[in-house]
Amino acid sequence: MDQNIIKKCLAASKEMRKDVIRMTYNAGNNGAHVGGALSMIEIMAALYLGVMKFNIQNPTDEARDRFILSKGHGVMAQYAALKQIGMITDDELMTFKKNETFLYAHPSMNPEKGIEFSSGSLGQGLSLGVGTALALKRKGNETSGVFVLLGDGECNEGSVWEAAMSASHYKLSNLTVIIDENRLQYDGPTDDILSIEPLVYKWNSFGWDAVSVDGHSVEQLLEALSVKKDKPYAVIARTVKGKGVSFMENNPYWHNGRLSQQQYEQAMAEVTA
Amino acid sequence: MIDFTPSNIRMWSRLGSCGAFGLAALELPAIDDKVVILTSDLTFFSGLERFKSAFPDRLYNLGIAEQNMVGVAAGFAKEGFTPFATTYAAFASLRSADQVKVNMGYMKLGIKLVGLTAGLSVGILGATHMSFEDIAVMRAIPNIVVLSPADCAETVKATLAAAKIKGPVYLRLTGAMNNPSVYKEDYAFEVGKAVTLRDGSDVAVIATGTMVYHSLQAAELLAQQGVSCRVVNMHTIKPLDMEAVNAARGAKLIVTVEEHGVIGGLGSAVSEALAGQAHRPPQLMIGMSDCYCHAADYPYLLEQYGLTGKQIAEKVLISLERKQ
Repeated sequence: MDQNIIKKCLAASKEMRKDVIRMTYNAGNNGAHVGGALSMIEIMAALYLGVMKFNIQNPTDEARDRFILSKGHGVMAQYAALKQIGMITDDELMTFKKNETFLYAHPSMNPEKGIEFSSGSLGQGLSLGVGTALALKRKGNETSGVFVLLGDGECNEGSVWEAAMSASHYKLSNLTVIIDENRLQYDGPTDDILSIEPLVYKWNSFGWDAVSVDGHSVEQLLEALSVKKDKPYAVIARTVKGKGVSFMENNPYWHNGRLSQQQYEQAMAEVTA
Repeated sequence: MIDFTPSNIRMWSRLGSCGAFGLAALELPAIDDKVVILTSDLTFFSGLERFKSAFPDRLYNLGIAEQNMVGVAAGFAKEGFTPFATTYAAFASLRSADQVKVNMGYMKLGIKLVGLTAGLSVGILGATHMSFEDIAVMRAIPNIVVLSPADCAETVKATLAAAKIKGPVYLRLTGAMNNPSVYKEDYAFEVGKAVTLRDGSDVAVIATGTMVYHSLQAAELLAQQGVSCRVVNMHTIKPLDMEAVNAARGAKLIVTVEEHGVIGGLGSAVSEALAGQAHRPPQLMIGMSDCYCHAADYPYLLEQYGLTGKQIAEKVLISLERKQ
């Protein structure tokens, strides 16, 4: 594996965590979906800095890979990744959740800024991914991949499994799902709210190849996401909600939380260390 | 190219709106090479068996999973295709309502969603399969063009027209096989432009879908009673043809007729459009009342709901008498 790419992803992950904390603090009393953004940082870094093809000079280039954020509430991590690749500026990042921003608390379709679809209503992104993957095949685009990031809590939604069935039925080898398996949803642990495990077994049984990796290991993510499959492929990324900030980790309060100045300073110190 | 000859029109009417849609679909690839059709286990019901034989690779069956179908259609639209997607109107509008809102409304992706058997035509299947909420749902979501053809010839026209609209469209199909014809020969169809089928000064009837035919029957009966009726075919419910609605203000009574609930449908759209006007006649809203009825066959249900020509005429006479 290319050590430079690993280094780039690790460095970017660190910056992205800081940016997510800054955005959360900047959002003020409204707070932000910080826990689920912090759990998907390495996934975003691996995709944007290691795996996906894109052209920031031509964001709608047909040859690009398509990324669909189905767990739209985690979008701070995507915005931070888009800053890392130069699609959005730090000034723009700091408009997050402010009136008249284009950086909504859930992504709003903006192809010129690399946001393929609007999302936020859970359970819809994989259908978009299936449609996109079918359309790419129909166009004869054999080189672009489609990557869809789902939350594990999101897998409660029945439409996810409708889409999963259709992906394997149509043998969509150009479609990869990453599940941010942080094991917490709004009301508490996924095992307490609506048991969704075992995820690898479930995706396998829906006709997908599936693998479980440490979702905070850039190496494992890069390795898993570089494998070519002949059917749709699910990478179950085991993660920690609130990863990197001691008082947020595994604490459901930080699904959507606001930071006091003291908490902000502590969080920044921890993710900078 | 498809020919609007009297014999073709008669054939489409025999097939009903689903069959007419399916035959019109055969013309779509010639109009737009980017057309694909998605269905949720309703290939045959949508009249698409010939399409499937002619263009097997353009037809995607998504199984009994309407929410996913709308999302998949959104993916196709985003990548530059022109996806039609078919299911029962009841499921198009309500089971997949959030997907319709997000993908068609919010993102304005150019899905052409076809709602089959809207209204009462499959009434024997019960309220699960009847659809008299779909106009209300689709009309309430921004950015969606809502088409409601009057008969099978217009179903063909509307299908071809939908393919040429860049944005999202909901195509509402009403009626059964042997659907009565409003149009016997070719005519000009323009999205957003209502068609005045009969002129008259006392009463202005604005109808949509199958109720256009029944309203023409009513107008004939009313003429025998000395009441002169204008009958307007409002085939596009959104955007509403304001010129046609305003023209109706000259009558003593406006009547809206639809095979849809009186809450949120064409009647509501007309009423909302006129709400700010100082001079407007009263409006009689004819449609399904606010309840779910007993399952029964189509003619029986039309009669139960007072949607036949004779019943429409009677209601109009009663309203006119009350007014005087």
